[in-house]
Amino acid sequence: MKDTEGYVTADGRQIGGQLMELKNITLKFGGVTAISDISFDIHEGEIRAIIGPNGAGKSSMLNIISGFYTPTEGELWYKGAKRPPMKPFEVARMGVARTFQNIALFEGMTVLDNVMTGRLTHMNAGIGAQALWWGKARDEEMENREKVERVIDFLEIQNIRKTPVGRLPYGLKKRVELARALAAEPSILLLDEPMAGMNVEEKEDMSRFILDVNDEFGTTICLIEHDMGVVMDLSDRVVVMDYGKKIGDGPPDEVRNNQDVIDAYLGVPH
Amino acid sequence: MLYRTAGQFKTSYQADQALFPVRQDAVLLAVILAFAYVIFPLTASEFTFQTLLIPILIYSLAALGLNILTGFAGQLSLGTAAFMGVGAYACYKMITLMPWMNPILAILFSGVFSAGVGVAFGIPSLRIKGFYLAIATLAAQFFLVWLFEKWAWLYNYNASGAIQVPNLDIFGIYVAGPLASSITQYYVVLGIVTLLTVICINLTRGNLGRTWKATRDMDIAAELIGINLMKSKLTAFAVSSYIVGVAGALFVFMWRGAAEPNLFDIPLSFQILFIAIIGGLGSVMGNYLGAILIVGLPVLLNLVPETLGIPIKSATVEHLNIMIVGSLIVFFLIVEPHGLAQLWRLIREKLIIWPFPH
Repeated sequence: MKDTEGYVTADGRQIGGQLMELKNITLKFGGVTAISDISFDIHEGEIRAIIGPNGAGKSSMLNIISGFYTPTEGELWYKGAKRPPMKPFEVARMGVARTFQNIALFEGMTVLDNVMTGRLTHMNAGIGAQALWWGKARDEEMENREKVERVIDFLEIQNIRKTPVGRLPYGLKKRVELARALAAEPSILLLDEPMAGMNVEEKEDMSRFILDVNDEFGTTICLIEHDMGVVMDLSDRVVVMDYGKKIGDGPPDEVRNNQDVIDAYLGVPH
Repeated sequence: MLYRTAGQFKTSYQADQALFPVRQDAVLLAVILAFAYVIFPLTASEFTFQTLLIPILIYSLAALGLNILTGFAGQLSLGTAAFMGVGAYACYKMITLMPWMNPILAILFSGVFSAGVGVAFGIPSLRIKGFYLAIATLAAQFFLVWLFEKWAWLYNYNASGAIQVPNLDIFGIYVAGPLASSITQYYVVLGIVTLLTVICINLTRGNLGRTWKATRDMDIAAELIGINLMKSKLTAFAVSSYIVGVAGALFVFMWRGAAEPNLFDIPLSFQILFIAIIGGLGSVMGNYLGAILIVGLPVLLNLVPETLGIPIKSATVEHLNIMIVGSLIVFFLIVEPHGLAQLWRLIREKLIIWPFPH
C-alpha cells in the first residue's frame, strides 16, 4: 500500500506524496542495536523532525538516510524505488544533501569555494577543459557561480564570501554549511542539529532560513533538533525515538500529548 | 600605494573569477615573465644558467607536482624523487628506442609513465592517511630506486649502470646532451614550466581543485557532499606524478646530462618536500619562492666568503650551508607555517589597504 496522497498541514499548506519511505530499519553495531525496527516516511515538501533524548539513534538514522551507514535490516525506498546499498557520494548525487552536528566545512577554503563544492554534483567538465579553463569548464564555472550567488544572497552571507571559513564565528559557519547543502539543490535536505550551540537570536535566524528554504525552493527537510520549542513550531510531522525505537509519530500537537513521549523526556524508569 | 585596488570594479562573475582580479598582480607577473623570458637569458652567464636559473625552474616544477598531492589534496608523499626517476628513465628509454622522437614531446610524454606508477602507489591512500601513507610512499621510494639499479634494461645494459643523455636536436638545434647550449635548454625548461604552471593554476582554481581541497580538509564531509574520494585521490596522484615525472626528465635531460639510480634517492625527495613546505603548501607560487631559497641559498653562501676575501675551506661552507638551511626550515615552520607564499599574501593584503591598518 503506497501512500501517494499528500495531506494538508495545520497552517493550510498542501504537502505532496511520499518522497522517502523507511521500512523496518534495524541497525546493529556488533551486539549493540542502535536502531530497531523503525518505519516512517517523508513526504515531498514537508518539514519532518526526528527528536528524542541523547543516544536515541537519531543521528544514526540520518546517517542511514545519507548512506553513511547501511542498515542491518530493512528497506529504504526513495522516489518510488528501493535504494540498493550505495556509497555516500552516490547517495549525494541522487539529491540528498546534509549538514552536520559538528560543523564539517572545508576550513582551508573561502566561503565561496565551500558553497561551490555543493555544486560538484552538477559539474562534469573534463580534466582537459579544466586544465585550459576553456569551453565547458569555464561556462560551467560561471553558471554555477551564479546559482551559488543566489544561495549566498538568500542566506545573507554576501559580505563574507571571500573570507576563509576558518576565520568565521560559529553561527556563521552553521549558515555557510546550510548554504553548501542548499547549493546542491537537493530533493531532500537533512539537517543534523542546525541550532545546536546557538543563542536565541541565531536560532531565530536559522529557523527563518529553514522555513524560507522550504517555502521558496519547496525543499523537503528532515531535521534533528533538541530545542523543543523550535521543533514544534517548525515541523509538520515529528518522529520520536527513544533507545532506538520509535515511540511516537505525527503532527507536533499529537506528539506533544503522547504519554510515551512525555515519559521518555521526563525519564520514567524502563 | 602601488597596490591600491580602489576604482577596480567587477561587473560580472567572470571578471571576479579572472586570474588576476587585481590589476597590479598582472603587472607584477608581466614584469617577472619579462625578466624570465628576456632579461635573464640576455644577461646570464653560463654559471648562472647552470647553478641558478635552470635548477630553480626544475626544482620548482617538482615541488609544484608534490604540492598538488600534499598541499592541495592532503596526501603526504615521500616518494617524489622516485617518481622523478620514473620520468627520467622513461624519457631515456623512449629516446633510445625511438631516436626519431621529438625530445620535447618525449619529455612531456614521460610524465605519463610516472603518472601511471604514481597512481599504482597511490592506491594505498584509499585506506590509509597521514604518516601511514607517507610510509607507503616511502616504500615506492626504496622499491623504485632498487628497480633502477637492478633492471638493466632500463639503462640499456651499459657497464656503468648510469644513463647518459645523448645529443638530441630539434631541426638542427641541440636541446639536450653535451652539445646543447645552456640558453636553449633554459628556454625549453622555461617553456615547459610555464605551460605546466598555467595548467596547475587552472586545475586548482576549478572544480577539480575544490574536490582536492575538500578531500584534504575533511574527507568524510567531502564524501557526503558527493565527492568520490577514490577518484579525487587518484587524480591527485596522477596529476602530481605527471608533473613530477616531467620534472625528473627535465632534471636529467636539461640539467644533469647523466644520472645514476642513487641520484633519485631519498635526499632529493626531502629537498623537494622542503621546497614545498617552505614555499607554502597549497600554493602554486610558493614553490618558486621555496626553490629560489633552497637552490639559491647555497650558491649565495658559496659566493659570499669568496667575494669578501675570507678564506674558508669549501667543506666548511658546505657545513655552514646545511646548518643555515636547516635553521631556516625550523624558523619558517615556527614563524610562518604556511610558508613564503603566505608571507607574500600578508604583505599584499597590507599593501592593498596601506596606509590604513584595516
